[in-house]
Amino acid sequence: MMSKRFIPLWITASLLLVMFLIGSLQFEGFASARVVTNLFRDNAFLLITALGMTLVIISGGIDLSVGSVIALSGVLSSVLITQYQWHPLLAFALILPLGTLFGALMGTIIHVYKLQPFIVTLAGMFLARGIATTVSEESIAIDHPFYDAIADLSIALPGHGSLDVSSLIFILFFAIIAIMMHYSRFGTNVYALGGNAQSAELMGVSIAKTTISIYALSSFLATLAGIIFTFYTFSGYALGAVGVELDAIAAVVIGGTLLTGGSGFVLGTVLGVFLMGVIQTYITFDGTLSSWWTKIVIGLLLFFFIVLQKLLNGRKASHG
Amino acid sequence: MSLILELKNISKHYPGVKALEEVNLRLFSGEVHALLGENGAGKSTLVKVMTGAQSKDGGEIIFLNEKQHFNTPIEAQKIGISTVYQEVNLVPNLTVAQNLFLGHEPKRFGLIHFQKMYADARTVLTQFKLDIDVSAPLSSYSIAVQQLIAIARGVAMSAKVLVLDEPTASLDADEVQVLFGILNQLKQKGVAIVFITHFLDQVYQISDRITVLRNGRFIGEYLTSELPQPQLIEAMLGRSLQQHLVEKTSAEQTSNGTSAVLLSLEGVSVKGSIQSMNLTVPKGQAVGLAGLLGSGRSEVCNAVFGLDLLDSGSIHLAGKKLHLSHPVDAINAGIALCPEDRKVDGIIGPLSIRENIILALQARVGWWRCLSKTRQQEIAQFFIDKLQIATPDADKPIEQLSGGNQQKVILARWLAIEPILLVLDEPTRGIDIGAHAEIIKLIRTLCDDGMSLLVASSELDELVAFSNKVVVLRDRYAVRELSGSELTSQHVMQAIAEG
Repeated sequence: MMSKRFIPLWITASLLLVMFLIGSLQFEGFASARVVTNLFRDNAFLLITALGMTLVIISGGIDLSVGSVIALSGVLSSVLITQYQWHPLLAFALILPLGTLFGALMGTIIHVYKLQPFIVTLAGMFLARGIATTVSEESIAIDHPFYDAIADLSIALPGHGSLDVSSLIFILFFAIIAIMMHYSRFGTNVYALGGNAQSAELMGVSIAKTTISIYALSSFLATLAGIIFTFYTFSGYALGAVGVELDAIAAVVIGGTLLTGGSGFVLGTVLGVFLMGVIQTYITFDGTLSSWWTKIVIGLLLFFFIVLQKLLNGRKASHG
Repeated sequence: MSLILELKNISKHYPGVKALEEVNLRLFSGEVHALLGENGAGKSTLVKVMTGAQSKDGGEIIFLNEKQHFNTPIEAQKIGISTVYQEVNLVPNLTVAQNLFLGHEPKRFGLIHFQKMYADARTVLTQFKLDIDVSAPLSSYSIAVQQLIAIARGVAMSAKVLVLDEPTASLDADEVQVLFGILNQLKQKGVAIVFITHFLDQVYQISDRITVLRNGRFIGEYLTSELPQPQLIEAMLGRSLQQHLVEKTSAEQTSNGTSAVLLSLEGVSVKGSIQSMNLTVPKGQAVGLAGLLGSGRSEVCNAVFGLDLLDSGSIHLAGKKLHLSHPVDAINAGIALCPEDRKVDGIIGPLSIRENIILALQARVGWWRCLSKTRQQEIAQFFIDKLQIATPDADKPIEQLSGGNQQKVILARWLAIEPILLVLDEPTRGIDIGAHAEIIKLIRTLCDDGMSLLVASSELDELVAFSNKVVVLRDRYAVRELSGSELTSQHVMQAIAEG
């Protein structure tokens, strides 16, 4: 019998397939490599953010700061590159550790003062957005040969598809994090924290190290997503990426991760992002529907998935 | 046989409660050391201090001749003290194998070596005669299996000291024998084992040495072979209490049986807790319930208060049959209960004394008819004076009071609704010895005022001191009823031991 853990994952995969089939039957050119690789390209920054969010939620927490961290990372990159003439790689080498530190700080506060992650990362959200806006309220365009080179670089696939640098970076990090979650001690500790933190501590798991690492990693990935967002928009904007944290949380839940922690897969989250992306693509192809329909469908999907989680867990409890 | 771990004069205080006071424990290699005491005696707290899960307020821990300060369970584990806590402390969403090896998984190329981990897990569990899928989530197995896995984890860590807190609570007889077989093997390997249980026959089957705690105090260390069961029970329940508590007027004793019956239980059974119980509480008298933990002591209180539903039998109050499906039914009939665990079931910490006292009365008159602040103040002040609650005023948060005073506030809460029957479960648990005397005096005063009380307690001397009659429970049955000249702690103890 299929393990109950995989049921939400299969449902998400099936829904994704069904949506894709509907689109393919209705519109010419929907079922193409280009549409698929565009899903990667358009959602790379959200995918990377959502990887981190999955870890956080599996551990029983939440990270509301990621959208603001993306904006801050983008603004700092564009300011350093455009106004201070830094080489982009040098700018990234400064910004990525800074972003990681920001997350580690939030993790430390959550652990040391036993605070709700919700409220600590909410503070982080305001703080990062505030700093970004103070640095520059205007959108700053990036014009640098490195960015042109990045934009031109891609692996061509048959059927007019191509994987760009952002997609490749996402695939790399997806592989790293999937392996980490399932084959490393840290990954086991993340699941243990979400399952029963008190027991895990009594069994010798370092709650401090794990908590701080989780939030540091989430902020690192959000910072990276912010850099990738500049590849996509060729600019940094302090008021951009508003609500991305909510999209990421939605993708994690649609991907079958329990909001109470302890259960879920990064693969599910990726499928969740793609499902949201396919709905968006469908609406674009249709051309007559308002793009807000995406939100309506995501809302309905979320309702469906949280009720599904409740039912699956209810069943588990009655058997236990 | 050498001394491995020594705990000297360990003290631990919580706000309002002295959990441990100068407690000693000596663990020798190759010995099973039973740590015994009634509920709340401090066994679990001592274990938590010994294993680094909680810090101590005083005393020292000496491990292999070296003074140790554990701040986390990891530190204790590192030097070889491994613990299986009372509740199954595992992570339900991880697999069986992950639970067995969490924190020290076998690795290859820096990643977890699953093949080896599963193989090792199967080897460990074979010892326990468990043939289960080690890659399945822990939550898919029964509590008994989870308990065995928790013990297997402790054993697999090849520790020098293995602490087992109530390991047999959810095991059946065969599983207990498997466990004891493994403990005997570990003894031969020189492991020192701490065994906490309330099954005394198991103590005599497996342990070599016994340490008894009572009310957070060290009572004594004995060799199991030199301590017969009656003496052990005496040590656990206590006998030597200040003389003034035991004073009782002979008038009260002789009044037995003459007053009208207020409460009567006829053939009351609750599945898994009490069996065909017959009991009467006369008006204006205190009836004590004695027995070991799990004998049905607290369960009788719960049944009378409507917390546990009856499977058969009936309860009459003042001649009327009660239909109790919820505590509210009991409260409306005039019954009040002070629960055993006042931290969990009784006090509302941040609220003031006044608010805590008024709670039950307000619930009874209905929330839409709010008691005026002056009226609340009057009631609170009345009880503060009457019960001599030590506080500057009624607005102090209850969590800042001592255990004894907290208990008085809870009593006041129920007295405020003027019940005709007051049920007390362990009224003197975890409070200072001085406060014991006051609570006992209070119980007598209430009886003189015409109230009837049903009191479950593990403190035999106290029980004997305030009760007109004591009902002794054993293995869920009422085995003896003692009153008059028979009512001495010696007789009660004999009845508990012999039935």
